Amino acid sequence: MSEYQTLNFADVSVGDSLPEQDIDITSGLVVSGALATRDYEPVHHDKSVAQAAGLPDVFMNILTSQALMTRFATDWSGPEAVVKSLDIKLGAPNVPGMVMKVTGQVTAKDGDSGVIDIAVTGENNIWGMHMAGTVQLALPQGA
Amino acid sequence: MTPEEIKAFEDQVYAYVGKRVCTATPAKDAVNDTMIRHWTEVMGDTNPAYTNPEWAAQSARGKTIAPPAMMYVWNQEGYAVASTGRPSDAQSDLVQLFNDNGYTGVLGTNVKQEYFAEASPGDQIVMEMVIDTISERKATARGTGYFYETLATFSNQDGVKLGTQRFRVLKFIPQEQPAAAKSDSALEVPTRIASPRGHDNKWWWEACDEGRVMIQRCTSCQTLRHPPRPMCGECQSTEWDAIESTLDGEVLSFTCLRHPAIPGYPKDPICAVIKLDEGTHLVANVVGCEYDDVSIGMRLKGKVEQVDEKTMLPQFYPA
Repeated sequence: MSEYQTLNFADVSVGDSLPEQDIDITSGLVVSGALATRDYEPVHHDKSVAQAAGLPDVFMNILTSQALMTRFATDWSGPEAVVKSLDIKLGAPNVPGMVMKVTGQVTAKDGDSGVIDIAVTGENNIWGMHMAGTVQLALPQGA
Repeated sequence: MTPEEIKAFEDQVYAYVGKRVCTATPAKDAVNDTMIRHWTEVMGDTNPAYTNPEWAAQSARGKTIAPPAMMYVWNQEGYAVASTGRPSDAQSDLVQLFNDNGYTGVLGTNVKQEYFAEASPGDQIVMEMVIDTISERKATARGTGYFYETLATFSNQDGVKLGTQRFRVLKFIPQEQPAAAKSDSALEVPTRIASPRGHDNKWWWEACDEGRVMIQRCTSCQTLRHPPRPMCGECQSTEWDAIESTLDGEVLSFTCLRHPAIPGYPKDPICAVIKLDEGTHLVANVVGCEYDDVSIGMRLKGKVEQVDEKTMLPQFYPA
């Protein structure tokens, strides 16, 4: 049990920053992410189709971005946190060869529900903002 | 399109608002450990709530759950999308209508999922989806188009509502046609611009490559000058030699180069005019401290460092 800690609602303050994550965007991650989310759109696994759509290579699907954003929040909060919502604005595609830096900050706390808002941004080093949005987590309240 | 043609097109488009993309459809597979494990492996998500039954049994939930972000995954079409294409439904018909009228561009712009209850292995997820809204015609940076939003609702086998998903897509007339599949062009990761080396400054950069910062000196009047140039501004002599700077100096003036990020360069670099103790000025980056910590007159110590695989540059640290 003790191997996994979960933050208490009281431990978290508005303005707290989450540990950054650098994620290497590889062909393996893009293709495997599409398959793990059962997304067989050819632009996510077939380079020639992605190029016909105007991109240099296969690009990450949205369900993988959603997964990486949730993971970013719960890696920090611990496993007893309950994800309440995930709201993502999509930006530039993530293409193999890029590195995406994910950063986040606590922006709101609701004492009645125990829900916190975390503003999260994922920026890749070539085209900039890939995803920006808010993850809401319900944290345990009390000891 | 004439205004009348646009009106006729929009009448067809807006008829899709409220149309059902799919009625309550159970996922092909119940929520299961295998698909969860594949997902967590790829995403690098080690949350024990998803994959560690021993931990989960003692947790507040008492059992493992499916990652919430998988909510839509269970109802995905699967490989048919790549082989035979998506089956016809209200959404694919709407997309076809857009395509037939030149709105061939497609861009997912927003996705919002709300979760009301967690799903666990064994649960059967049922999805319904409607076309919820279609925007008015809008000029966007990508081209003129329409945003449409689908609303999917998820429940389990007992009718418990698990969550919703709103997905917003822009269908637009591309401003420029995407280039047809070019040759197998590898993605080139931009690096720093190579230092331009001409007749008058090549020697300076070559010294920099060896870790030294040189200051040109007039051999007639001993005036120091930087950047390197052929003639002394004081006495017009073209005879010169150079001394090596100790790289001790102070901030004469500085700024922070903000957004947008420039590929190959650190984001928000601090750029300063540095007054070297030898007397000349040099423009370089201040590193190793925050912008707020820099002030005019602050003492600095420089080091020539490798900043990418082909570039050596003087970098200045707080002394």
